[in-house]
Amino acid sequence: MKFVKFLLLGIVFGIVMTKSEAVSWYRIQEMFRFQAFHMYGIIGTAVTLGVAGVALIKRFRMRDFSGNPIMFNPKEKSVLRYLIGGTIFGLGWALSGACPGPMVVNIGYGYWAMAVVFFFALVGTYLYALIKNKLPH
Amino acid sequence: MEFILQPWSWWFSGIMIAAIMFFLMYFGQSFGFSSNLRTICSAAGLGKSTKFFDFDWKAQTWNLVFLIGAILGGFISREFLSSDAPVLISEATIQDLSKLGIAAPESMQPAELFGLDAVLSVKGFMLLAFGGLMVGFGSRYAGGCTSGHAISGLSDLQVPSLIAVMGFFIGGLLMTYLFIPLIF
Repeated sequence: MKFVKFLLLGIVFGIVMTKSEAVSWYRIQEMFRFQAFHMYGIIGTAVTLGVAGVALIKRFRMRDFSGNPIMFNPKEKSVLRYLIGGTIFGLGWALSGACPGPMVVNIGYGYWAMAVVFFFALVGTYLYALIKNKLPH
Repeated sequence: MEFILQPWSWWFSGIMIAAIMFFLMYFGQSFGFSSNLRTICSAAGLGKSTKFFDFDWKAQTWNLVFLIGAILGGFISREFLSSDAPVLISEATIQDLSKLGIAAPESMQPAELFGLDAVLSVKGFMLLAFGGLMVGFGSRYAGGCTSGHAISGLSDLQVPSLIAVMGFFIGGLLMTYLFIPLIF
């Protein structure tokens, strides 16, 4: 039963991603061509509310539903891994028009071709694990 | 009902995404989708041969359940909440894409990339495979994807996330302006 809430949140996520058209390859192309405000509006609104909400959570030391303090783990300091990894991610995002979340939402929407993309995203994750120690981080 | 069937505005969608992130925090977790890729590799038993996948993946079950919900959400949208209108991208984008041989939208995704003919062609399959490969490799290398860095990380004003998002755009712009014209 404790997982039902995550299932419901996932369903809402899938619906928001499709109804906002953020799952569409066309919308991602439009974003990278700076030809509409739509995607920037979505991410900008989410981040603006996110910054305000996270600040409030920290200021008032809010707790989660089980009474534990809500924690934020600072990501390890580095430049190279974020810049290089991010660039590789961006190349794939613009080509396939989907980041990992929208990939699976697309599969549910009936675009079976996205299962190919998702499978190879798993292969990509595996490849990273194999050569991780040889990469600059 | 009319409101639900229409595409949603950017501001309403943005509010909903922030709400999902805060609910996940309230439930003791965080919003980061690409971790699921690592979790699935671990659940598939790859932890036996590869140290990176040797961790307690069962602690991430909540995120896999979220993933299954996301698939269901896509299905529900398609079956019950869709007007199935073409995506309303800008005229400028339609013009740019037509020069690449990609027709104006007729639905959510271009058939030139995601239609059956495209998937079953060598080139079409390679494009999808390579795109997925880079997303999977890059998100783990960078330690997160759009949800983990662009939404959660930026909300927490994390510099690493800002660098990662800059990377997303460097890669996205290179693909859009340099590689896509060469590929299509």
